[in-house]
Order: sequence, then structure tokens, then C-alpha cells
Amino acid sequence: MSIRINVTVNGVAFSHEVEPRLLLVNYLRDVLRLTGTHVGCDTSSCGACTIHVNGKATKSCTMLAVQADGCEITTIEGIAPSDDELHPLQEGFRECHGLQCGFCTPGMIMTAADILQNNPNPSEEEIRVGLEGNFCRCTGYHNIVKSVQYAAHKMKEVTV
Amino acid sequence: MIPVAFDYQRAVTVDEAIAALSSGDGKILAGGHSLLPAMKLRLNQPAKLVDISKIDALKGIKEEDGEIVIGAGTTHGTIASDDLIKSKLPFFATAAALIGDVQVRNHGTIGGSLAHADPAADWGALVLAADAAIITKGSSGSRRVAAVDFFQGLFTTALEDGEIITEVRIPVPAEGTKTSYQKFSQPASRFAIVGCAIMKKADGKINIAFTGVGEVPFRDSAAESAASIEAAVTAAAEGITVMSDHFASEEYRKHLAKVYLRKALEAVA
Amino acid sequence: MSTTHGLIGKSVKRVEDRRFITGHGKYTDDIILPGQTYASFVRSPYAHAKILSVDTNAAASMPGVVAIFTGADVENVNGVPCGWQVNFKNGHHMKEPKHPLLVADKAKHVGDAIAIVIAESQAEAVDAAEAIVVEYEELPAIVDASKAVEDGAPQVHDSAPNNICFDWALGNPIEEVDAAIAASAHVTTLDFVNQRLVPNAIEPRAYNASYDQYNDKYTLYTSTQNPHLIRLLMCAFVLGIPEHRVRVVGPDVGGGFGSKIFHYTEEALLTWCTHKLRRPVKWTSTRSESFLLDAHGRDHITKADMGFDASGNITALRVKTYANLGAYLSTFASCVPSYLHGTLLQGLYTTPKINIDLVAVFTNTTAVDAYRGAGRPEATYLLERLLDLAAHEMNMDPAELRFKNFIPPFDGVTQPGYQTQVALQYDSGNYHGVLEKGLAMLGYEDFRKAQKEAANNGKLLGVGFSTYIEACGIAPSAVVGSLGARAGLYEVGHVRVQPSGKISVYTGAHSHGQGHETTFAQVVADKLGLPMEDVEIVHGDSEAVAFGMGTYGSRSLAVGGSAIIKSLEKVIEKGKKIAAHKFEANPEDVDFVEGRFVVKGTHHSAPFSDIALRAYVPHHYPAGLEPGLDFSSFYDPANFTYPFGCHIAVVEVDKETGKVQLTRFVAVDDVGNIINPMIVEGQIHGGVVQGVGQALFEGAEYDENGQLTNGSYMDYCMPRADDFPMIETASQVTPCPHNPLGVKGAGEAGCIGSTPAVVNAVIDALWSGGHKVKDIRMPLTSERVWRAMQQ
Repeated sequence: MSIRINVTVNGVAFSHEVEPRLLLVNYLRDVLRLTGTHVGCDTSSCGACTIHVNGKATKSCTMLAVQADGCEITTIEGIAPSDDELHPLQEGFRECHGLQCGFCTPGMIMTAADILQNNPNPSEEEIRVGLEGNFCRCTGYHNIVKSVQYAAHKMKEVTV
Repeated sequence: MIPVAFDYQRAVTVDEAIAALSSGDGKILAGGHSLLPAMKLRLNQPAKLVDISKIDALKGIKEEDGEIVIGAGTTHGTIASDDLIKSKLPFFATAAALIGDVQVRNHGTIGGSLAHADPAADWGALVLAADAAIITKGSSGSRRVAAVDFFQGLFTTALEDGEIITEVRIPVPAEGTKTSYQKFSQPASRFAIVGCAIMKKADGKINIAFTGVGEVPFRDSAAESAASIEAAVTAAAEGITVMSDHFASEEYRKHLAKVYLRKALEAVA
Repeated sequence: MSTTHGLIGKSVKRVEDRRFITGHGKYTDDIILPGQTYASFVRSPYAHAKILSVDTNAAASMPGVVAIFTGADVENVNGVPCGWQVNFKNGHHMKEPKHPLLVADKAKHVGDAIAIVIAESQAEAVDAAEAIVVEYEELPAIVDASKAVEDGAPQVHDSAPNNICFDWALGNPIEEVDAAIAASAHVTTLDFVNQRLVPNAIEPRAYNASYDQYNDKYTLYTSTQNPHLIRLLMCAFVLGIPEHRVRVVGPDVGGGFGSKIFHYTEEALLTWCTHKLRRPVKWTSTRSESFLLDAHGRDHITKADMGFDASGNITALRVKTYANLGAYLSTFASCVPSYLHGTLLQGLYTTPKINIDLVAVFTNTTAVDAYRGAGRPEATYLLERLLDLAAHEMNMDPAELRFKNFIPPFDGVTQPGYQTQVALQYDSGNYHGVLEKGLAMLGYEDFRKAQKEAANNGKLLGVGFSTYIEACGIAPSAVVGSLGARAGLYEVGHVRVQPSGKISVYTGAHSHGQGHETTFAQVVADKLGLPMEDVEIVHGDSEAVAFGMGTYGSRSLAVGGSAIIKSLEKVIEKGKKIAAHKFEANPEDVDFVEGRFVVKGTHHSAPFSDIALRAYVPHHYPAGLEPGLDFSSFYDPANFTYPFGCHIAVVEVDKETGKVQLTRFVAVDDVGNIINPMIVEGQIHGGVVQGVGQALFEGAEYDENGQLTNGSYMDYCMPRADDFPMIETASQVTPCPHNPLGVKGAGEAGCIGSTPAVVNAVIDALWSGGHKVKDIRMPLTSERVWRAMQQ
């Protein structure tokens, strides 16, 4: 069977017929060709597939595309205000060398965005705990924590 | 990892979900955080999923008739940050914040977790210690199942075919009630190796429940009836079949149960 | 090395980051080709089983199925080869049983591939694979290397009696070592396991192979660390396709850590399939498959004895190791426990007598090969555990014991390199320096006071040391060739100056997180006095880059960077000739200073871009001067490089539960000259966390039937952000004397130094509480530490 879904991804409306078993991450990657969202595991553990569904960090490997019907989705490709600008987290990751191979980075940034949304002044500990659902094998997390701190600081400056 | 093909139906009311289930071989999809991973690994191959995640009636937390009512479709994240929960059932908030990770808590639900009945899931200990009732609904109507009667075995509950959980109801604790949830996490999955939930009532009576220790979460009546912390710790987790895996043998797990019981008791002392 | 432009030593932000932080990296699985098909495998659920029959009938008629191949179809295709030959002590070649693309007769580990299904969609491929019926006869399995050599143990390969791939020894004659140990005032003995690790690059392996029949041309996109090496091995040894008909591309690769060096069966099989089908075939490993198939690391069972004289000087070291190679010989499996492990047993110490006796063994487990550090972590673990344990046993300070035994400083220029007892000659070192710096950063005396106080209050604090050395910049072809390598290990650097003066650099190294696009551009821009934006670094495509050996063994900058330097020197040399012609001067009178060609003693000068243009507009050239400014070089270094350092871990152990909390980590590393400190620090951070992962969290667990019982992230514990404090890093610089950049390599240092420091710290914490424990098996789970305290 296939089911029609209507979703808004990065501000653009899409409508597709999909098989119920199609995972949201595969819808984004294979149907919409938004390949910034990655798959690193099959147990909802690694967080590489993290996106925002209705503003909340979501492991898109653990959600069916049909479940996203009617939802607003943001992926790494859509988190910056425009194509020529960076989100403070993207900037932070670059400034603080918060990435090496880049594979976990989109998921890290999307999770960090959720953390900062709920807690604009996180402590180092809160950042580390907040990222418990995202694995990075390259950076040792040290510079990722700094990147999130950078972004938190930057976002405060903007709002002040 | 791709599940076996299945049919999908989205329900917008509880009755619609129950009707959809009655056609047989269907499974409820709530937050999906227990079911979908199992389906991706093809360990679970339902012919049909009935999606209840859009049923508003299953969501939310309120106080009603002397009970705190948590809709089965309420996420762990919502419970962790809810003001009513934080003031009346603080150990629910503590436990909810220790489940999975931010992303899991944004979608995983209390009802889904209870129905799945993983022996290491946190909620089991909480509902037991809080004297909660699990409200279920099927084609023949609603049932109220006491938490102590709900967990029946490994991944097995009192839920009957075609039934769904609609609410978790917890008597509003009296003024002076103290609670604690202490957890030793399995380092990889962060499920509980030992989770100990305690509710100390104003009259001094203590409910003690464990998850992660045995094949089902349980109230530890021997520990509850002990006269001192020391006696409770000595009595705890005895006489049950304690689980064993490469993170915690039976002996070590039992030891941890006692250590974490002591922590919990000291926290409410 | 010119530093006039000031880019060397600067923490320049990475130029590659923009595509990654915006979600526009291009990894292999992101590629979908026209006419794409998808593969899925039928894999053995048993570690050791005869395959009685494979029934593909039902699957073949399922929707979307394009083709199914089984072991019988590839019986006449070669298996994947091993790239390093090690001989038995008696001179016979090591055993090299075939590693077939699909097995037809017998599965030798869980995950061994029985059949491949190719379908129009991934889902259809998976569905059909599940419909293939395989009949097995399960055989007893063997997983433990030391038991596998016993008579009567299950035989993995008929051609390898007692499951022995080779035996091997290195160092001083064993009689001399035995005698020195026997004569020692104190002998510290350790029986231990350096457990098996699963590499777990977060990007699972992925391949996409296509064949253009009209041009007889293959293209393989592969998540590899070394595209040219894959092309060489696959073309020459497996499929017999001429190399010029094959393009291998390693696009963005999501981490390697060794596991993506090797030539895997799936790469060759997909390439073989695409030729049969005339359609592109793609396969991306699931994480569950990664656990079963990506070559694992470590897995040594070792007994080591270290002798000391009465004042604590090391007198001898004797090592006996069983190395588990798994079911098949992976690409570099044979050299890891031998030439990358045995040769490092000198450590930083003046140990006069050393002998290692090694047996490399097949078992019914996943193949084991190089994993971040590859042999050096095992050697370092062995030495550093012995040192700290000896200090406890002899009631000496572990730092003092090291100072007493360190090789004195030598720069390798005015003083000669240090000749070890185990074949290598160290290039340059100042080992005292890193330990002194580490102690100062830690505040060692204060820590010991705090530790005593804590012990009095019933708390267990511990400090652990590790002063390591590693051999990297894996190269000298002549040396590795004499040790059995079947490849030369030079690197290629090609510099193409465009007519506008912009620079394209083609390197045989491959970046999968290391930041070559930045570091190499810094080197080039600095050398030519150009802005970094004028330099592009191209890597990872056999069609763009003439040749290369890839990235592993912390070799990229030391070997690949040096190759680029060689080409840059040729560019400047030629530029001088062109400038000389322009100014009618002698080439010898032309200097290249801060991006300009200057005629000495005159006001004549021309910017680099002007000379570049002239190189491509050769009007009025003199006879003998060729147009163009385009040079390629092969660099084959004189020696390995030998980074070293001092890692110190501080832990707190929970008395009740045994849970270990890492509270501080100090890393002082000497990786030679540093081009980009930010990137070097990042490498150290990542390495440290991976090394701590081995100490505290990670380890593949097999049951006696050969089942990997923790083959998922729900059971295999990966290090996470909240397991760590900030890592305190510092560097010391002892330049490498034999390469033009003076660099040594930083990719693996963190992972080599950190593991024993953490274990030593836990043991130290336990001794502070009166538990005189010699060893706790890694990973130091809470239960294992708790049990150690119960003894």
C-alpha cells in the first residue's frame, strides 16, 4: 500500500505517495535528496539522523515518513537563515573545530539546536549530557562542547 | 535496515484505534521508539500498524478526582518538564529525564514504554512505587489495572489483545510525601541495570520498587517491611530471579540493587 | 622551510568545513547513479558451518530482483589478498587461505557472505535476501587465540594446521633475555588481554560500482582511506582488470580509524557484479553488519616479564603474545602484531635485552587488522602497564622509575638516532621533557597529597602514567619491503600551477577528517607566499591523482606533505629559470622571496602569478626551456618518524559500585613541527577519547559459539560526551630530522598513549585503598573494578 503525505521541509511544501515502511530519514535522503541527514546505526543510538520535527530534535531513523504527515521539518540544509549565512551553531562548529570527518556533524548541530532552544545558558555538563544521544568518533567531543558554548554565547549576543 | 512491509492506519480517536486493532494482527505505534527499532531489525513483523501518535486525547497531564492523570501518549520529555509532575511526583520527572536521550524523550511515550514492558525500562519501578493504575481500553470497554498486576513477565503485561493503554493514574501524594528514583545505567543503552523508585508517605510507610533487576519490575515487600535502612538493604532483591548480562552478573546486580536502595532511602530520610 | 608568509603554525580554520556544516558533504551513500540497483547479502548466522545447500528459487522471482549470485558463481574469482608477507620462524611463508568474495563450502565467521541479492530498490533486495534458504551443518567454533593452537581445536582452514598463520620472534636471543630476567633483582609479570575492539567509524562502509560497457570503464565509489591501493589490490590481485579501466573514488569519508584501509570483499564483488549486470550496484553496510564485518582491532593475549636491577633500572623484557587474526587474513593483518608491535617494545627506555615471541592465529571471528594505532597501542599498553605495576611492587614513584630508565635526549642531527634492540632506529627525542611538562600541568605533588587525604576519607583517587613512543609516517619502502610489505609506501604529490598563478595540488593521501584540505594548503601557500584561497587540495580520485598510497599510520603530512614540498621545490626551480629569462639574468642569481622571484642585487622582481602566466605563454622561450609549471614527485622517506608523549589520567573510583570516573586527562605530545595546532589538538582529543574508550567502555564479546554478543550500540559501549572532562593538552616540539617539514604525525598518538594511563590510574586508585591489584581486564566495567576490590 502507499499513502500520500504532505510535509513542509525547510519551508518548502512537498507531497508524495510513500510506502508505510519508508523511514523518514530515507524519505529525506532518497526522495527529497537532502543527503545532509545521515544514517550511522540501526538502533536509534548514534544520532547522525537527527532533524527537527515540529521544532523538536528527532531521530529520523526512528520515525516513519507517514508519521511526519502534516509536520514541519527542518534538516541541516535548512537551519541557516539563508544560503549565504550560517546558523550560530554552524559557525561555532567551524570556529571551534567541532568537526573532523563531518559525518556526525549535522545530527550534532540539530541536537545542539534543541538543547539551546530549551536552555540558552547551558553549563558544560548540561551540554555534554544533552549530547548523549549523538556519537562522534573523531573529535573526542571536546571541541563540540566548545562549539555549542560558542553558539550559546553568540545567540545571546544576537538577542540582547 | 528496512522493516517488512505492513499496512498503516492512523487513528484520530481512541475508539478508531480500537476498531482498527480489532481486525487482528495489528500493533499500536505510539512514539515508535521501542517498536520501530525492533521492526527495522525484523525482530518484529506486524502486518499492520495503528498510529495513535496523533490522538490528542491521549496526551497531557492533569489532576482529576484526587489523581494525577498522565495520558498514555505523553512523551518522556513532557513528563520531565511538567510543573505538576515536578511538584507532586518529582521522581517521575527525575526518571523521565534519565530515559534515552533528548531525541528519544521528544517522542517516546509512557504508554508505549509500559506496553512494551522491557524489563530494564524505567517506568515500571515508578508506577509500582506510586501505586499507579494503568487504564486500558478495548472493544469491551475500559479497565483499571493496578500497576502491581500489570507486569506479568518478560515483555508481557495484563494488556489483552486489541486493548490500548489510555492513561496512567496516580493518587495525588499527600503533603509530606517524599520520593526518589536512583538509577545505575547500562553504559551502552542507558537502560537501567538497576532502577530503584521509592515513595515515602507522610505516615512513614515506604513503597519500594525495582526495575532492571528481575525479569519484571517488582515491589520489594520484604524491603518495604524492614524496620531500618540497614534491614531494608539486607532484605532487598532477595528471593527473586536476578538477571545477568555482560555488564552486570546476578551477584553484582543484586549488590547494586542494595546500594541503590540505600541511596534512595537516604534521599528520602 | 620558509615561514615568511606566517601560515605555518597557525590555527587556520578548516576550508572543508563549509560543506559539512551545511549538510553538503558528499559521502558514498549519498550517491545515486542512473539505473542504480541495490545489494543486500545473505550472511551466515553461524561462526563455523558447512553450507549444504543454497536455495534462491523463491527469492529470484520476488518483485524487483535483478540478480542473485552465490559462492558457486565466484568460485573461479580470486579472493581478496593480504598486502604484507610475514614468514614463520623457520622461513616458510605465512598461511594465506583464500578469502573468497562469497563462500561456497564453509562459513568461517558470523557474517560470512553466502549470497548477494541485487534489486531495483534496497527494500526489495532485503526482502529477497530474507527469502533465500540456506541449509547449514553447524561445526564447533573456536574464538580464543591461545586455545586455537591446541591439538584438537576446531580448524578454521584446512591449510593452516593448529590454526597458526605464522609464528615470529624479534629482538635479542631468547637465552640472553631469559638469563637477564633470571638475574634480575625484581621481575614484574603481567598476564593480560588487550581486548578486541570494533572500530565504529560513524559512516558505515558503502560502495557504489558501475561499468560503462561502451568505454570499457569501471567506476567504484568507496568509503576508503586509500583509493589507489584499493584499485591496485582489486585490479591486480582479485579481478584481473587493467588498472587504467578502473576509476576508484573515495569521496567524503565519514571516519576510518584503520577500518577503511582494507580491501573488502564487497568492493570487488560489487565491481564484478556491475560488469555482469551493466548497471550500477550499491551497497551500504548496516551498523549490524559493520560490527560483524569491519576489521576489528587489537585482540592480543600476552604474558610479559620485565626485569629490574636493585635500583630500578630495567634489565630485560620478555613477551609472549597470541594475536587473534580472525577467520581471514585482512589486508595488513599480518604486520600489525609483528612489525608494528614487536618493533615498539623498546618504548622510551634503555632496556638492554628484549625478546618477543608471537603466534598469529586464525579463529572463527571477524578479521582483525589495523585499528587506530595498530600494534603501537598494544606495545605501549604492555610497557606502560608493566612500568606502573613495577613501581607499585617496588614501592617506587612511577614518574621517577620512568626518568631513571628514559633514553637521554637526542636530536638526530648533531646526535645520532637511537638504535633499539628491536630493529628500529628512533629519529629524535626528548622523553624527559614531556614527562616533566605533564607532571607540572598535573600538579603532581598536590595530587599525591589530595589522594592521601581522599583515601583517609574513604575515597579512591588514582593517577596513571603513560609515556609512549610510536612509529609513524609509515614508509621507507626499502625498509618495509625487507620486512615483507608487498607495496612501496612512498607518497605522491603533484603541484599544478594554473596560468593565473592559482595552485591545484593532487595528493595521494586521503582525508577522512584529518583536514588535509587545510593543512596541505597552509604548507603550499606558505611556501609560495600566496593566500590560502589560491590553493586547492585534490585527493581521493584515482582519475585526478596519478597515484598514491593513502592515509593511515599517521603518515599524510610526513610523507604526503613532503612529496608536495618536493614538487614545490621543482616549481620554484623552474620559476627561477623563467624569471631569469625574463630579466636576462642567470637562474642562479634569482631568489624566490615572499612570493616574488627577485634577481639578487637588482630591483628586478616578478610576482609568482606573472611567472606562472609566462610559463603557459612561452613566447620567446630559449631552447631547452619547456613551457608549463606542473610537477609531480614521489617521496620515499629515509626512516619512520617517532612521535612520543606523556599522558596522565586521574580517576575517581566509586567504592560501592566500582564505577570509574575520569576526572582529568593531561596529554603532552611531541609530534615534531606543527603546521596547524588546532587540527593537531583535535587529533589528540579524538585519539585520547578512543583510547579511553578501550580502557573503560569498549570491547567485542564473543561467546563460545563465535557469536558476537554485543554487536550493536545497545550493548557495545561507545564513548559519549558526558563520559569525559575537557582534555588538557600541551605540545613539545622535537623536529623530525629527516623530512623537509620536520613533522612526525599526530593521528594516532592520542589513542596510543591514553589507554594504559587510564588503567594505571584505576589500579593506582585501588592500591591507594589497600587493594593490591595487578590487573583488571579491559574494558574496566564497573563490575570488573568492583570485583577487583572484593579480592
